[in-house]
Amino acid sequence: MLKQTEGSHAVAEAVALCRPQVICAYPITPQTHIVEGLGEMVKAGELVNCEYINVESEFAAMSVAIGASAAGARTYTATSSQGLLFMAEAVYNAAGLGLPIVMTIGNRAIGAPINIWNDHSDSMSMRDAGWIQLYAETNQEALDLHIQAFRLAEELVCPVMVCMDGFILTHAYERVDMPTQRQVDAFLPPYVPRQVLDPSDPVSIGALVGPEAFTEVRYLSHHKQLRALGLIPELAAEFKKTFGRESGGLIRTYRSEDAETIVVALGSLNGTVQEVVDAMRESGSRIGSVSICSFRPFPLAVLREALRSAKRVVVLEKCLAVGLGGIVSDGVRKSLSGIQLNGYTVIAGLGGRAITRASLTRLFEDAERDELEQVTFLDLNADVVSHELERESRTRRTGPTAEAILRRIGTVASQIG
Amino acid sequence: MFQIRIHGRGGQGVVSGAEMLSVAAFLEGRYAQAFPSFGSERMGAPVMAFCRIDDKEIRLREPVLDPDALIVQDQTLLHQVDLFSGLPARGYILINSTQSFDELGLGGFVRGVQQYRLSTLPATELALKHVGRAVPNAALLGGFAATTGVIGLASVLAAIREKFPAAIAEKNVAAAREAFDIATHAREAIDA
Repeated sequence: MLKQTEGSHAVAEAVALCRPQVICAYPITPQTHIVEGLGEMVKAGELVNCEYINVESEFAAMSVAIGASAAGARTYTATSSQGLLFMAEAVYNAAGLGLPIVMTIGNRAIGAPINIWNDHSDSMSMRDAGWIQLYAETNQEALDLHIQAFRLAEELVCPVMVCMDGFILTHAYERVDMPTQRQVDAFLPPYVPRQVLDPSDPVSIGALVGPEAFTEVRYLSHHKQLRALGLIPELAAEFKKTFGRESGGLIRTYRSEDAETIVVALGSLNGTVQEVVDAMRESGSRIGSVSICSFRPFPLAVLREALRSAKRVVVLEKCLAVGLGGIVSDGVRKSLSGIQLNGYTVIAGLGGRAITRASLTRLFEDAERDELEQVTFLDLNADVVSHELERESRTRRTGPTAEAILRRIGTVASQIG
Repeated sequence: MFQIRIHGRGGQGVVSGAEMLSVAAFLEGRYAQAFPSFGSERMGAPVMAFCRIDDKEIRLREPVLDPDALIVQDQTLLHQVDLFSGLPARGYILINSTQSFDELGLGGFVRGVQQYRLSTLPATELALKHVGRAVPNAALLGGFAATTGVIGLASVLAAIREKFPAAIAEKNVAAAREAFDIATHAREAIDA
């Protein structure tokens, strides 16, 4: 059924259609509306056979999720930013134990400086924790990915993060097509665990593993992700058959077949990129884009195929590997091993900075002339940076950087964009 | 694509206003997108929300930098925020105020090169009368329907009914209806 609703609410409804049995929740902006929505559904009796557990922290949320999943329940939670960092140890454990938990990340920056707005620093920090990571372009895709995520997680016995841009998607009202319970049931069978804590058939889960077997356990989790490279497109194809629309998959290309310049990005940014691609195509540019949906496993082979005929690749990243540059760029360059083309990393949208058509157009035009640095910070205010560096060179006791910069910029409430 | 930027202060229902507008457009079979400005939304602080309406899927995610219409929920923002930023000539402006645009000192924008289609509406007074609280957003949406013709009154009323519980919804519906009538008469007066 078509409806106009908030992204968080759409995801809450989709998760409910997946018949979760345990939901652990601890609120953090911008994810909060999702678990609030699910809490209301459980309380109202709309979501049955589901235990909703309010926990005292994110660490507890993931720990309870681990226990519930190990006891054989289909388990869901959601978090953002510092919340994900706080549960980090348990995040690794969920993957290491092979528990098919599904978690939404309402993507948000990590402090300090504290910031509630969107970028990808939080989920990227957990990229090597052993979870599958899928990034949604739209609210429709966010809700669709959750339905695919439970299926994927349970087939592979591997946890899955569905990442959606905080505020930009979580708080946006847009049109979504909400599937029926019958459709979801046809796609997602009841959960049959591979391992379960059952008093009538006791096992232990979580043994100490020494050097004699640790590598093998780790290799098998890598192997699982390599299997996911095949399973993710299969599930997307089956999803299309059942639900009649494209969602998920490893990557999606846009006007990239004959492109000399290809832009690579994750998540909701792709919509704006496609608008700019269309406008630049109108004026004769040979430009296209690639949206990476599956960041873990990283789709090296299909990406190589999509990019190999281009002259240059611009990777737009909402996350900074401090001291290096880009995180996504590393994977993209690995996919291009042995292929000679110009690669540029662009850090954009940190802490919620708007990514506009005007800025992207200037950026892509610079790229077409090969006038970009290896690493570029989109719309960096050079005046503010040089003033601060100059101040630091003059004085020892300069005080905190963030506060000094805020004083220089002045009030921002009056600014638009 | 028609783009609307709503300015107000935290607590006035700026975000809800944009959301209801998007629902109204959806009910007319169109694509719509509404989202907040992601600012620090404290009570009384300047806040913004955006709405885009189109006949095809909306992919653009940037803030509304070049609006076709502005809704200003609080006239005290006129001297604080660069409200008219990006508004093209002939753009629509609807301001919640009991004053005329000349009294607000905005006559030059109407008669000057910008030729803004500016109207004012006593939305807070309408909200106090019908809802009993100073929440001008529903009345302004009724006024917006009349001023721009971009959206029908029936869709706005349906969106209000979708947003609020029945008893509160009907009070807001009454405010929106009266605002629509006032704005319609004002528009007829200008056209005449």
